[in-house]
Amino acid sequence: MTAENIIVIALIGYIRKRTKSKDEIPEMDKVLLGLFFLSIGLLVIDAIFVSEAFTRWFMFLIVSGVIYLVYQNEELKLVRTVTYSIIPFYIVSIISSAVKLISSDLYDIIDNYIQTAHLLALLWIFAMMYQNNKQVKAEKKAEQLRLIELDKQRILEGKKEQLEYQVAERTQEIMQQKEELQVALSELRATQTQLIHHEKMASLGELTAGIAHEIQNPLNFVNNFSEVSIELLDEMETEIAGNNLEEVIAISQDIKQNLAKIAQHGKRADAIVKGMLQHSRSSSGTKEPADINAIADEYLRLSYHGLRAKDKSFNALFKTDFDPHIGLINMVAQDVGRVLLNLFNNGFYSVDKKKKDHPEGYSPELSVSTKKTDEGVLIKVRDNGYGISQEALEKIYQPFFTTKPTGEGTGLGLSMSYDIITKGHRGTITVDNKEGEYAEFQITIPFQ
Amino acid sequence: MKILVVDDEEDVKPLFLQRFRKEIKSGAVTFEFALSGEVALQYIEAHHSEVVLILSDINMPGMSGLELLSKIRHDYDNPPPIVMMITAYGDDENRKQSMELGADDFLTKPLDFKTLKEKLHITG
Repeated sequence: MTAENIIVIALIGYIRKRTKSKDEIPEMDKVLLGLFFLSIGLLVIDAIFVSEAFTRWFMFLIVSGVIYLVYQNEELKLVRTVTYSIIPFYIVSIISSAVKLISSDLYDIIDNYIQTAHLLALLWIFAMMYQNNKQVKAEKKAEQLRLIELDKQRILEGKKEQLEYQVAERTQEIMQQKEELQVALSELRATQTQLIHHEKMASLGELTAGIAHEIQNPLNFVNNFSEVSIELLDEMETEIAGNNLEEVIAISQDIKQNLAKIAQHGKRADAIVKGMLQHSRSSSGTKEPADINAIADEYLRLSYHGLRAKDKSFNALFKTDFDPHIGLINMVAQDVGRVLLNLFNNGFYSVDKKKKDHPEGYSPELSVSTKKTDEGVLIKVRDNGYGISQEALEKIYQPFFTTKPTGEGTGLGLSMSYDIITKGHRGTITVDNKEGEYAEFQITIPFQ
Repeated sequence: MKILVVDDEEDVKPLFLQRFRKEIKSGAVTFEFALSGEVALQYIEAHHSEVVLILSDINMPGMSGLELLSKIRHDYDNPPPIVMMITAYGDDENRKQSMELGADDFLTKPLDFKTLKEKLHITG
């Protein structure tokens, strides 16, 4: 009966080891350990007293208990295959014991069969153990793979974390750069405002001489006409004394005419001063009905006389062709005036340069025309100077682009003009040009 | 005496006519007016022998007073008309240039008509 004892002892040992019951399921382990020592005790008793029948049936009870435990407890699921594999062996043992108990004769007859059955059952146990072993190995391998996979994942996660850190770092760098750029941008904006102010003041400086001349002329008329009127009044008194009524009336008409002239020239000077103030003032941006012909005429004169005052040798013919049917158009008058002043100054500059290069056989000329269209007004400023080169043509509206020598132009004139016309008035500014021959700027300002 | 006044300002005409009212009335002087150097030259061409004195502004669009002066000196030598230059900028450069080109006198704006009359040796 030792084989059954040893098998059950080995089985309990195996169960405890496989399930790591000592650490994992200590309660169960106590029971298993109890059964283990009980089985050893039975083996010892069996060896000493040889009381086969008693130990055998007790043995079967222990085996049944073990099988029941394994069957009942989910924790012992792992060892089920191996545990159930001993069932056929013990059934054979139980049958053989039962037969022996009933009849020894019968037992002797079937003894051979029983031994064969035992052998087969034992083989079955080995087969199951082998099978189980294979399974365990496969499980171990899978576990190993899982661990490797886990390892890989951990490495990947580490890398991901590193990447995230780097991204955060870069993001911070970019944010910092963005802030720096924003500071630079606001500085640039401030500089731009300053430059625009400078440009305005520079063109005002150019205007000053022209304005002086333009004011001097009407003032001369005011002075002269008032002086001559005083003289006329003296004459009138003489004529009255001489009772020459006809002459008195003639003189009084002259005086009336002179007073009208004084008023007219006074207004002219007034308008010039107002224009100058408007030019220097920052644009209010409000559009008001304005006479484009008057603006063009005024700034044309200012530009011409300004250049004349700066350079005595400068001269050019200017022609105007104003459409009298335009009426008033809503615009920011000082802005549009600035644009025109710019175009006139540029035109005069160009014809002057050409004249200096070709003193003979060239007549510098600048013409301005206005025309009412269906949409608004078309203004053309044309000069017969050098025109604009193909390379320069693409850049003329870019801020700071200038073909003039350093210090002579800010390069902001046309850029500002472009903004004023396109953004400020939703108009267009285009150029018709032939290098060396002429340049014609065409501005449209729609009815607002 | 016929005087040709060249100035691009139209109101120069009524001003001169009134300032020389008595002289015109007495027949001591007659005036012609031209609004540009070009028109002045045309007039001189047509009435060469009549014009005794030319009063010209320097600062005019198109042909300047100085150009007009040089053309007159070049083309009309016999008898040479008296040419007086007038300008708003009483600067030395224009004066020098006018003298070099053969101007007889130089006047600055605003015109002092009393001085001008003295220079012309005429009295009302």
